[in-house]
Amino acid sequence: MSRPRITSPLELLGPVVVVVLVGVVGGLGFVDPDLEVEFRAALVSVAVVVSLYVFVGNSGVVSFGHASFVAVGAFAAGVMTVPVELKPTITPGLFPFLAERSVGNLASLVLAAAVGGMFALLVGIPLMRLSGLAAGIATFAVLGVTHNILGNWEKIGPGALTLTTVPETTGRLQATIGAVLVITAAFLYQRSRFGRKLRAAREDPAAARAAGIDIHRERLWAFALSGAFSGFAGGLLVHLQGTLHAGDVYLELTFLTLAMLVVGGVASLWGAVVGALAVSALDSFLLDAESGEIGLINDLLGHPLWGGSRLVGIAAFMAIALIVLPDGLTRGREFRVPGSRRLRRRAEEPAS
Amino acid sequence: MTQDVQTVLDAVALGSIYALMAVGIGLVFGVLRLVNFAYGQLIMAGGYAIALTSDRSPLVSIALCFAVVLALSLAMELVAFRPLRRASPTTMLVATFAISYLLQSIALVRFGAIPKFAVTFPGLSDFVTVGGVSVRWITLVSIGVALASVSTLALFLGRTSLGLQMRAAAIDSETARLLGIRANRVITAAVLIAGVLAGMVAVILPMAQSPLVAPDTGLRETIIVLVGVVVGGIDRLISATLGGFTMGFVVGMLSGYLPSAGTWPFTSSVYLDSALFMLVIVVLLLRPEGLYARSRRSAVERV
Repeated sequence: MSRPRITSPLELLGPVVVVVLVGVVGGLGFVDPDLEVEFRAALVSVAVVVSLYVFVGNSGVVSFGHASFVAVGAFAAGVMTVPVELKPTITPGLFPFLAERSVGNLASLVLAAAVGGMFALLVGIPLMRLSGLAAGIATFAVLGVTHNILGNWEKIGPGALTLTTVPETTGRLQATIGAVLVITAAFLYQRSRFGRKLRAAREDPAAARAAGIDIHRERLWAFALSGAFSGFAGGLLVHLQGTLHAGDVYLELTFLTLAMLVVGGVASLWGAVVGALAVSALDSFLLDAESGEIGLINDLLGHPLWGGSRLVGIAAFMAIALIVLPDGLTRGREFRVPGSRRLRRRAEEPAS
Repeated sequence: MTQDVQTVLDAVALGSIYALMAVGIGLVFGVLRLVNFAYGQLIMAGGYAIALTSDRSPLVSIALCFAVVLALSLAMELVAFRPLRRASPTTMLVATFAISYLLQSIALVRFGAIPKFAVTFPGLSDFVTVGGVSVRWITLVSIGVALASVSTLALFLGRTSLGLQMRAAAIDSETARLLGIRANRVITAAVLIAGVLAGMVAVILPMAQSPLVAPDTGLRETIIVLVGVVVGGIDRLISATLGGFTMGFVVGMLSGYLPSAGTWPFTSSVYLDSALFMLVIVVLLLRPEGLYARSRRSAVERV
């Protein structure tokens, strides 16, 4: 039992250091102010992908429904932080109890987490009994219902319109702290009794059941927890964008975050972080190359990268990464300090 | 009364189109255990082939449509499905997402976001009156094409050696290979048949639904059919096909009978998707192995 305890803090260290570095580098003098927002967006992506990982990575069950928890969190935080005096113009159809009050930034993030978690818990109670493809499709159906209602019902939000005038409070500090919080919580969960039970069930459901693990209950825990994190990440997202449309938190977000997770390596926290950052970095690079801001590309081609290359480049990178490295960039392993494995082996040898 | 008959016929026609797609998705799943999310982009590509040759005769357009769709199907199999054959189901599914996204982006960059007109036979949108009920020709054509294709395929699977091999591979690919069935041949055949079906849908869909083709053409249909295939029961081709048909039929009936305005969720056709997906959740909870699956608890855990 002593081995995991020695190495485990290091496994958390890697993701946290990388995320903090991204936050710090984004604020250095040489980073263009236009580029700074991309650093913040990358950090919010990390939060969304790690939230998804908490369920998908630990349980081994794919969820296509997590964008709905991001969506309810984002809409809750967004609608409740629009200034009260602007609500009659921005969201005229709102229920009176929603229209009459607004809350601050921190309270809205807590609210987003609570709404996301409650929603995931309610949905999870029936759905977590399913497994395999049926579970995947059922979670997708939840996303379909959520998107359809959020995108049309004007009593709880902007309906088919775009929510605007949301305070843009997700600066680099909030984005970094948010991402670190989600990573730390995800790490604590996967090291906990509950996380280990669920991971055991992922590896061998029959053996886990025989050992007395209630798979349904463990999955439900993870689903609700990961729904709460997703709602929180949705709160970060809406405060990053300042605007929100139901289409922002639907299919594209679902595919992009799932692809980030699988490209990084679905079975490890390090994989979730690496995948989110790698895809975000490529995205920013191609975006800048298209607008002619990257000198090297201009010199090589004689002109900026073709418009639209960004979309094609991201999709091609994800497809190729998955075909060449089906287990992900990290092969599903946690972060290790280079050389620590050798040291540990040497330390173990005398004992055996 | 005639209005009701019309609505039902339109719903059956939509169900027929979705059933064709369900067969394509179900066939590939059977031999590869792969849920091909990029299936809709085959239809999109076929649609563009038609749209870009609209100055030629319809037959040339259609021939080109099938050529493009089959070439793309084969390319997908060789470049993506084959290397991924031993990957986990999740990786395979997400890889097909990426391919779908890639093909959509290429279409967006190459052809732009403005939709193009992709109707081959405009005359098929005319109404014909049969016994007091007026229906569009394309409604009858969709139903006819679906019936003909599904029965031809049933004959192929039941009466030919390759069809038999395909069924064997779908039931147990390991044993089938041990018995000397060449996996690559069977898989390529299944991918090509699925491609032919996608080509048919690419020709019919613009006439039956929106006449325009855009980068996201086929995406919504694929999602609904994928859901339908699982709801019907993905383990057998017949239950998968019926599942696809049911989704199309329910969508058609809901859009025929839901009122067009209403302020609360589920009370108007704006909330069609909610109503549809709520039904899906209920069916999955009651019969997780599939609505039309033969025996209970037969579904194997895959994703």
